[in-house]
Amino acid sequence: MAPAASKLYADDVSLLMVLIDTNPFFWNSINTSLSFSKFISNVLAFLNSILLLNQLNQVVVIATGYNSCDYIFDSSALQNHNQKGESLLQKLEEFVDKDESLCRDDSVDGPGFSLLSGSLSMALCYIQKVFRSGPLHPRPRILCLHGSPDGPGQYVAIMNAIFSAQRSMVPIDSCIIGAQHSAFLQQASYITSGIYLKPQLLDGLFQYLTTVFATDLHSRSFLQLPKPVGVDFRAACFCHKNTIDMGYICSVCLSIFCKHHKKCSTCGSVFGQAQTQDSSTPDRKRKTSVDN
Amino acid sequence: MYSLLVPSFCAINKLSSALFQGGNYIFEFDSFADRDICREFVAAAIAFHGETGKSTSEKPAAALQDEQLSTAEMEHRIKLLQEDNELQRLHKQFVIGGILTEAEFWATRKKLLDQNDRRKPKQRVALKNEMWSVKPLSDGQSNRVTFNLTPEIIHQIFAEKPAVRQAYLKFVPNKMSEKEFWTKYSRAEYLHSTKNVVAAAAEAAEDEELAVFLKQDDMLTNEARRKIRRVDPTLDMEADVGDDYMHLPDHGLLREESKDVLDSQYEPYRRYFSQDLNQHAAVVLQGRVVDVELGDTRSVAEALARTKQAELANEVSDGNLEKDLSHRISRVAEIEDLQGPRDLAVAPLCIKDPRDYFDSQQANALKPLGDAGSGVKTLKFNVSSVEAYGSLRELISEIRVTGLSEPITDPEVAFKVLSGLTQNISSTKYHLGKSPHESILDSLPKVTKEDLLHHWTSIQELLKHFWSSYPITTKYLYTKVTRLKDAMSQVYPKLQVHFVLLDNYNCFLYNGLPTCVYNFSCIFSLNSRKLRNLCSQISGIKFPYLSNQCFRL
Repeated sequence: MAPAASKLYADDVSLLMVLIDTNPFFWNSINTSLSFSKFISNVLAFLNSILLLNQLNQVVVIATGYNSCDYIFDSSALQNHNQKGESLLQKLEEFVDKDESLCRDDSVDGPGFSLLSGSLSMALCYIQKVFRSGPLHPRPRILCLHGSPDGPGQYVAIMNAIFSAQRSMVPIDSCIIGAQHSAFLQQASYITSGIYLKPQLLDGLFQYLTTVFATDLHSRSFLQLPKPVGVDFRAACFCHKNTIDMGYICSVCLSIFCKHHKKCSTCGSVFGQAQTQDSSTPDRKRKTSVDN
Repeated sequence: MYSLLVPSFCAINKLSSALFQGGNYIFEFDSFADRDICREFVAAAIAFHGETGKSTSEKPAAALQDEQLSTAEMEHRIKLLQEDNELQRLHKQFVIGGILTEAEFWATRKKLLDQNDRRKPKQRVALKNEMWSVKPLSDGQSNRVTFNLTPEIIHQIFAEKPAVRQAYLKFVPNKMSEKEFWTKYSRAEYLHSTKNVVAAAAEAAEDEELAVFLKQDDMLTNEARRKIRRVDPTLDMEADVGDDYMHLPDHGLLREESKDVLDSQYEPYRRYFSQDLNQHAAVVLQGRVVDVELGDTRSVAEALARTKQAELANEVSDGNLEKDLSHRISRVAEIEDLQGPRDLAVAPLCIKDPRDYFDSQQANALKPLGDAGSGVKTLKFNVSSVEAYGSLRELISEIRVTGLSEPITDPEVAFKVLSGLTQNISSTKYHLGKSPHESILDSLPKVTKEDLLHHWTSIQELLKHFWSSYPITTKYLYTKVTRLKDAMSQVYPKLQVHFVLLDNYNCFLYNGLPTCVYNFSCIFSLNSRKLRNLCSQISGIKFPYLSNQCFRL
C-alpha cells in the first residue's frame, strides 16, 4: 500500500531503519581491519550525522542476531538527546546477552547465518506503524549492514519481505561488510530500487556511509549513486542446478524442473500427464498438478 | 474563393470534388439563409468523404492487383483502419506510399480480418435517475403552464406510480382520451407542487378522477408492507454507520414540509417527499423491467402491469424464501470460536525443504558479481558459542570505554574511498537498463518518443515483409525486396534529424541514444557497415562490430 496521500513536512525528511549484523560467529571469523568496535563507532558517527541533517529525521536501529532480533535504538523515543550513544550500546549489550541465552548450539562452523528475515520484517512493521500514524510522516527507507552469508532456509521469508517493501515503496539499501556478495540483498535492492554496495576499503566505512547511504529519497532523483552491476536472475532447475530457459513448473509450489517428473520433490504434489509437444504456443511450462 | 448565390447542381459537384482533393476553402454568401443551407450540405459532404475517402483510394490499388474484394471486406478494412490509429498510419505510409501493395499489407493481418464484428454487445440503457418533478414551462404573461411528457417520462411514471398506471388502463380510452388523462394528471401534479393540501382536497372532492391522482397510492403501501415482511434480517447495518445524516431531518435534504396539523380529512392528500424518493430509487435500481417500445403508452402500461402480477404470483408461491432466510440467519449468527474444526476442501501445502529455492537461485545470482577481493578473508574454524559471544561483549565494552575516536576515519583512507566512488559512479553514469525503473524512452520529449516508436513499428513491418520474401526465387520478389530496402534506408536520415535536435538539448541521454541507433543499425544487415560508420561519425564513438543484435530501444 502506498503511503496514502501523505504530505511530507519537507521533501527530505527521512526515517532510516538500520539493520546491523551482530552475528558473533561472523564477527569472530573475519580477519580484517574492521573489528566490531570500529564498525560500531563508524555506525554511531553515521547515525549522528543523519540526525544532524534534518531536525525531523528519525533513526531506528535493529540488531540482527544469531537467534533473535530486537530494536536497540529509536531516536524518536529518546528522552535525553545527549545520551544517544550510551543508550544504544547499553541496549546492544543487553541484546547480546539475550541472544546468547537463546543459543542452542554449542559451537558453530564458520560464520553462521544471521536472522535477516526477522529484522527485515520488524523494520517493515515499524514502517507500517509510521504510515498509519497520520498524514504527516517522514519517508522511510531501510539500510542493511550485513556481513553474514545468506541463509538458505530464509529464502521464502526474505522474498516475502522484499515484495512487501516493494509494495510499500520502501527502498532497501545494502552495504556488505562481509567477504562475499549476498544474493538476497542484491535482489532486495534491485527490486525495491535501493542501492547495493560492497565497499572495497572497509577502513573508510564511514565515508561510504555518508557519501552513498546518507542521501534521502528526494535527493536520489537527481544525485548520481552507484549503480548495480547487473544480476543474473535466471532460473536454475531444482534437480541439477543448471540454468534453464524452458522447463516444467509445479503449479502448487512453483519449483522448476528441467525434465518431466511424476511427483514434485518440494511439495509432494503428483503431476498429471505431460502435455503433447506439438502445441504451437511457446508457453509449454505449465503443468497441472493434482492434490493428494 | 467560391461565391454562391444559390447552391446549384454543378457548384455542388465542383465542391464535392474539391473537398475530396483536400485543401482549404473560404465561401462568401449574400444572406444567412444561403449560408445555412450550404453549411449543412458541406458538413454532410465532408462526413461522406471522410468515410469513403479510403475506399476510393484503395479502389485503384485493388484494381491494379486484380483482386476481387467484396464491399463487406472493404468496409471491414476501412473500419479496422479507422479504429486503430497506428495501423492507419502504417497503411498510409506503405500502401499509399507505394512501398507495399494492399494485398501484401493485409496478408500478414489475416487474424484481424477474420475477426467478426461481435465486439460491441448490445448495451441496455438504464432508467434516468432524474425525478420527474414539476418544472412546467410557464410564460410570465398568460396563466398557462405547459408540461412536456415524453414516452420515457411516461414509462417512468407508470413504473413509479402503480395507481396512475391502473387508472390509465381503466379510464383510457373508455372514459377519457389520452390527452385528457394527462391533462388531469398534470393538474394533479401542479396542485401537489403548490403544496396546498386543502386546495388539493377541495378539487379532489369535485373530480373523481383527479382524486385518484391526488390520493395516496394504496398499491404502493401494500407493496411496501410486503417488502418489509421480507427484509433480510442478516443485513449488515454497520455499513451505514459512517453515513452521518440520520440526525438531520429529512436526511439533510432541503424540503419544506408544512408542519401544520391538518384535519384528518386532509391527511390522504398529503404527499411525503421521502416516500416519493424511496419509490423512485427503488424503481431506478430495479432497472428496465419491460422491453417494450415506448411509443405506445397502452402497451407499456399493460406490460408493466403484467410484470407486477407475475412478481406477486412468484412471491406467493415461493415458500422457499422462509427456509433460505432461516439458513442465512443461522450461518451469520454463529460464533466462530464455538464451532468445531471444519474439513478443508484442499490439502495443506507442505514444502519439505524451502532451501531448494535458495540453491537454485544462488547458482546464477553471484556469478556476474565475481569475487571482489576486499581484503576480507573468512577463516573457517569451529568456534564455541561462549567464546564468540564473549568476544563480542568485550568489543562492545571496549567502545564504551574508549568512545568514538577522532577523527573517525583516517583522512587519506577517506579520500581514497571518495575518489574510488566518484570514479565508479562516473563510469557507470550512462549505463541504462540496469535498473528496472529507468527507461531511455521516457526521458525523451514526447514528440520524439512517439516519432521513434512509429519508426520502430514501420521498420518492423518492413522487415517482416522483407524476411518473408526470402529465398528470392522470382523477379517479383526481387523487385519487392529492392523496394523494401530502399524504404528502409530512407528511414535513417529521418532519425538523424532527431539526433541533431537532441544534441542541442544537451541532455545526458545523448550518450545513450547511439546505443539504440547502433542496435537499430544492426538489423539492417544489408548496409550495416555504412550505417555503423555513419553512427560513429555522429556520436564520435567507435562501435565494436557485433553481428546479431535484437532490436532494443
